[in-house]
Amino acid sequence: MNTEQIIAYLKNYNGPEIKLMEVCGTHTASIFKNGIRSLISPKIKLISGPGCPVCVTPTAYIDRCIEYAKKDGHVLMTFGDMIKVPGSQGSLSTAKGDGAKVEMMFSPVEVVDRAEADPHTTYVIAAVGFETTIPTYAVAMEEALNRNIQNIKFLTALKTTLPAIQWICENESGIDGFICPGHVSVITGSKVYEPLAKRFHKPFVVAGFEGEHLLAVIYDLLRQHEEGRAEVKNLYQNAVKTDGNEKALHLMERFFAPGNAMWRGLGIIPDSGMYIKDEFRAMDGGSFGLDQDAELAPACSCPDVIVGRINPNECPMFGTVCTPTEPYGPCMVSAEGACGIWYRNTI
Amino acid sequence: MCVAMPGKILEINDHKAKVSFNGMEMNADVRMVDAKVGDYVLVHAGCAIEVLSQSRAEEMLEIFKELEELQ
Amino acid sequence: MKITMAHGSGGKSSAELMKSVFGKYFSNDVLDQMEDAAVLDIAGRIAFSTDSFVVTPITFKGGDIGKLAVCGTVNDLLMMGAEPLYLTSAYILEEGLEIDRLDAIAASMADTAASAGVKIVAGDTKVVEGNGGLMINTTGIGLIPEGRNISAANLKKGDAILVSGYLGDHHACILSARMNLTNHIQSDCAVLKPIVDALFSHDIRVKAMRDVTRGGLGTMLNELANTSQCSIEIEEERLPVRDEVRGFCDVLGLDPLYMGNEGKMLAVVDGADAEKALETMRGTDLGKDAVILGYVQEGKGVTMRTRLGGKRVVDMLYGEGLPRIC
Repeated sequence: MNTEQIIAYLKNYNGPEIKLMEVCGTHTASIFKNGIRSLISPKIKLISGPGCPVCVTPTAYIDRCIEYAKKDGHVLMTFGDMIKVPGSQGSLSTAKGDGAKVEMMFSPVEVVDRAEADPHTTYVIAAVGFETTIPTYAVAMEEALNRNIQNIKFLTALKTTLPAIQWICENESGIDGFICPGHVSVITGSKVYEPLAKRFHKPFVVAGFEGEHLLAVIYDLLRQHEEGRAEVKNLYQNAVKTDGNEKALHLMERFFAPGNAMWRGLGIIPDSGMYIKDEFRAMDGGSFGLDQDAELAPACSCPDVIVGRINPNECPMFGTVCTPTEPYGPCMVSAEGACGIWYRNTI
Repeated sequence: MCVAMPGKILEINDHKAKVSFNGMEMNADVRMVDAKVGDYVLVHAGCAIEVLSQSRAEEMLEIFKELEELQ
Repeated sequence: MKITMAHGSGGKSSAELMKSVFGKYFSNDVLDQMEDAAVLDIAGRIAFSTDSFVVTPITFKGGDIGKLAVCGTVNDLLMMGAEPLYLTSAYILEEGLEIDRLDAIAASMADTAASAGVKIVAGDTKVVEGNGGLMINTTGIGLIPEGRNISAANLKKGDAILVSGYLGDHHACILSARMNLTNHIQSDCAVLKPIVDALFSHDIRVKAMRDVTRGGLGTMLNELANTSQCSIEIEEERLPVRDEVRGFCDVLGLDPLYMGNEGKMLAVVDGADAEKALETMRGTDLGKDAVILGYVQEGKGVTMRTRLGGKRVVDMLYGEGLPRIC
């Protein structure tokens, strides 16, 4: 088997329409970047899932971040992805324009060094992310504890993807197979998909992010579907183990415990959030109860987009009133929101 | 949210490693992996999250072999 | 010695600064008249452009803000097919700036202007409160030789798109400095005159030119396609990006297609001249890594044939191109 043979098979597929969901926004981006849709049969539909933690973060959280950034003696540290996301009164970017102290970070661990060097300022980390990123916050917390650094806080909006995938399986029957998030799976391992595959009788295949990885996973899911199989497979064995990264999982468990979380557009999904454990509450910047969310515009179809019921370009607001420069819905806001990616790549 | 990139470990000092991404050097925390100098690790947000076991070419061969068995 | 508000007062300190720094480097027959305005004899069609430079840090690997202020405006003139002749130079200095630093930047500016063959004929200096920073505005005038018609509206089906070298170097260099990242990436900051002169002296039928600055290649190609009402198709495998810059982009989630450069240009030439234009560009020092990226087609928008043979849309840059890990 080689790339050409896979492309030929996918291009010539002429069976019944099949819908595959890529859960991860980085996969969505890579599908466009590699022009994957142009290489496969139109009968294979690739549906973008909830895959961006920024998009599903409620407005109350952004407001809380801005509150910190405006507070004397505080600096809010964030990944670039969050800067443009609107809260109820504007984004971190507009707050920065008003003099709020917002700085971009590359790694939560580097913020520990900053905090140590500048003990009179409290550094508040906007800790957003899925399983891939949660352990990196745990590393920063462990480091802060070891070095007894007290002027660092974590304002968390952490989510886990598995409960969300399960939610989609329970609420959407039209999806025939899942492209599992590669870097989330590095942490969780591929075995976590086994119960879902069994219960919903759908194939789950873990994939990397290169064009070839994506072709391979689509091919595997298609063949499984054709043969009526519903297996979990790992086509990213170079990085993903069956049991995941145990050290990372232990670190996560040490500092965080699951709880309900609010997903913009979907509502509350039980146990889909991760919260700092009571014993480390001193490091928490007040992350509980930030569920309040501005109402979406009436025509906004983000909830349908997030669960893959429609593609972004089927939303009546897409590209007309809702664009990356003036986003209405959460999926248009982030660079890895499904609508944002579709807009930049298809308009 | 989950961009992670492979880089080569140049030196390790306790938890901290210097990692090269095609010549671009950055620090990464390596406490979550069992890595040694010369290893390729997957780095996300300044932390190595896994050691890569194969080169890209080897990996692709493996994947294609796996798919072969479907035929 | 540091800049104080007195240096912007218009009084004695201003005059001394003028003499000891700018006068030392910028002297020429027009400027030395010290009139309220420069008087220039120019006959013909002129190209006229202005640009402000606010880069931090003000010195970086491969250049500084003074060099950049000349390159930016001179390149804009060159891209219209003009011979750059004159520049103005307005400095806004922040209190606390080391005069030695200013001196070095003025020297670098003068050197770059001399190598580009332009005279700095008017200038201004103001001082504002701040933290030792510095900003420069330059305005330039160039003369367009008779019969030269260079415009973004000229593209026709079959024209070839060339780029003069590696993409993203300047952007990656500046961001690396700001984010404290260690690498060998240097700014490509340069005056593009040798490439432009070579293209015209070899009688290449040049349709349009663009220096690939902020917004990057993706944005420039879209501007050209929109203005000319045509489409452009480029090849991913031909995109020239250094390994190190590629590594930088990967780590920060940036796309070299949208990274700024300060010494790279796009040239659109008649399809029949494509190979000759490539050879001509490669014959210059600055253009030795030039490639033919693709061709102009009928239709609209910009597409790229990917490494795997797929097709993707290349859109303009939206927002700021923030580094992200997500």
